[in-house]
Amino acid sequence: MSETDWPLFEVFIRSRSGLEHKHVGSLHAADARMAVEHARDVYTRRQEGVSIWVVRSADIIASDPAEADSLFEPARDKVYRHPTFYAIPDEVKNL
Amino acid sequence: MSAVAEPGARSDPTLETARLRYVLRLADTSLVLGQRLGEWVGHAPALEEDLGLANLALDLIGQARLLLGYAAELEGRGRDEDALAYLRDAPEFLNLTLAEQPNGDFADTVVRQWLIDAWQLEIYGGLAGSSDERLAAIAAKSLKETSYHYRFSSGWLTRLGDGTEESHARTQRSLATLWRFTGELFAPDEVDERMSAAGIAPALPEAGGRWQERIAADLRRATLQCPASHPYPWHGKRGVHTEHLGHLLAEMQHLQRTYPGARW
Amino acid sequence: MYTQALDSQGRDLVAAPPGEAAASAAFQARIDADEKVEPKDWMPEAYRQTLIRQISQHAHSEIVGMLPEGNWITRAPSLRRKAVLIAKVQDEGGHGMYLYSAAETLGISRSQMVEQLLSGAAKYSSIFNYPTLTWADVGAIGWLVDGAAIMNQIPICRCSYGPYARAMVRICKEESFHQRQGFEIMLTLAQGTEAQRAMAQDALNRWWWPSIMMFGPSDVDSKHTAQSMRWKIKRFSNDELRQRFIDITVPQAQFLKLTIPDPQLRWDEATQHFRIGPIDWSEFQAVLQGNGPCNRERIEARRAAHRAGAWVREAAAAHAAKHSGREGAQA
Repeated sequence: MSETDWPLFEVFIRSRSGLEHKHVGSLHAADARMAVEHARDVYTRRQEGVSIWVVRSADIIASDPAEADSLFEPARDKVYRHPTFYAIPDEVKNL
Repeated sequence: MSAVAEPGARSDPTLETARLRYVLRLADTSLVLGQRLGEWVGHAPALEEDLGLANLALDLIGQARLLLGYAAELEGRGRDEDALAYLRDAPEFLNLTLAEQPNGDFADTVVRQWLIDAWQLEIYGGLAGSSDERLAAIAAKSLKETSYHYRFSSGWLTRLGDGTEESHARTQRSLATLWRFTGELFAPDEVDERMSAAGIAPALPEAGGRWQERIAADLRRATLQCPASHPYPWHGKRGVHTEHLGHLLAEMQHLQRTYPGARW
Repeated sequence: MYTQALDSQGRDLVAAPPGEAAASAAFQARIDADEKVEPKDWMPEAYRQTLIRQISQHAHSEIVGMLPEGNWITRAPSLRRKAVLIAKVQDEGGHGMYLYSAAETLGISRSQMVEQLLSGAAKYSSIFNYPTLTWADVGAIGWLVDGAAIMNQIPICRCSYGPYARAMVRICKEESFHQRQGFEIMLTLAQGTEAQRAMAQDALNRWWWPSIMMFGPSDVDSKHTAQSMRWKIKRFSNDELRQRFIDITVPQAQFLKLTIPDPQLRWDEATQHFRIGPIDWSEFQAVLQGNGPCNRERIEARRAAHRAGAWVREAAAAHAAKHSGREGAQA
């Protein structure tokens, strides 16, 4: 049996105003409009969302786990990017 | 929540009889259509459509429950939503004949759904301004659901009409089969006329005109031909149904009828 | 939702080729440190294949599981029960989708998995090869089958493979109403008319042992458990989970004043556990081989739906192809 497969879409849901969209999973749909409807039917039955993004999985560009070391390791020793690195006396407010 | 009205406004028995029948028409249409969609679960063309059709069924059963609850109060005989759903016989059901037509194939289901969704858009939309506050509230809630249902059904109408040769042929055939039941949708009878005269329900002829335009536009987008209209013999709104309803009710009502008086 | 210990059905794990020994060791160290494995991470081929098999079988179980309960949607005896049942069956379909999604991250496609199910190559939880003969069966499934499934599932929320663990967290959150719905049905029947009580007892008689068998063969007969536990795909043994289920469920049956169909069931004061009589594994094996009451009907129903839906799926794809490039930023 050969038939046209519906492409895979990744689904991102914003659960509440003020929060970012979060990846919740994937689904198959024939077109973008259907993908939004499927996402609504599968991922928002319990009022889990106010906004849906669907993206064709083929359009997602991901970093290569094999390059994790060169992409992410150098940030590890740059602790001065984190606020806790700096010692500020307690009496100073608003810092 | 009951519709608050001056005592005098509710003391016209013929108006109240018409109101009850009107509410039952809406309730039974949602109930019967919801029951039909429930038959699809586990058998849809794709898993995603199983979920979609189930959502529609849930919305429609929900509408039926609200409307039947109101009807039971109007009737004032101590019945509830289940007594009305499970213990009335076919001649007492007032659903549109279109709603009881069998699921057939996916094209039949989509066409049936789309025709009724477009009808509900007019009816619930018109009821939003009803002088009957209870109906207005139910309609406002239901309209949001219907807007989604219409998006779903009209979207599929387009995909099937403008898809493959096979899907086009099947959908055209579904239209030919189901079109004859549409005459009943906007032909007003004495109940409809009393309801619109009392400011309770939208006037059918105008609503019918808008429905016709929407249907025509959807058919054009789907590259489908509108079938010829015929005078309609169907009177589901008056309790005169096709043979299908009897079987649907026998299945739906079986347990309550077999174990009378039991709580479920 | 309808997991069953299907990982131990006779396939031997192949040892990693020599060159991979270092990578396997590093991988095992990550697992031991409770790190999650994500898609595209290096993983032993056996780990990948075990997960594909387990996740897809779990997904198939959810999908086939829609059928025995779907059987009662049109006959549900009240509108509230009808709505709740539709929602439950819809959830099961949704769970199947989350799981197919998770499996697809490992390199298998949805259509490949569907093909495996329909051809009979893939397994699904054997519990769904039993018929739902009365309304009480719907209650028994929610109470016992979902109950057993929850017991199997909660540990998987902490499994080592990220997408599977996340899907399970979602599933477990949605699961809680399923078991309550089933128990509530049983309670209403058990407290109802004589005929309803008898209906409930009859359903318990037929669903008790198949539910017990959902936890899979005894640990001594389970080939794969050790490796699956090392890879943190499986967190507890079959017998541990089965015993937990029994200890929780027997008091629930006592509350319902229904009798569990096991004349040897007794409370063991020394170990503080309920002990059951011998399990008839020959029935389990028969059902697994395809000779249960409904095996043929279930698969045939799925094949029929898939066949009947082919022209619909083709139409949607054809329409999309005709109109691609016109999709706006908002659908």
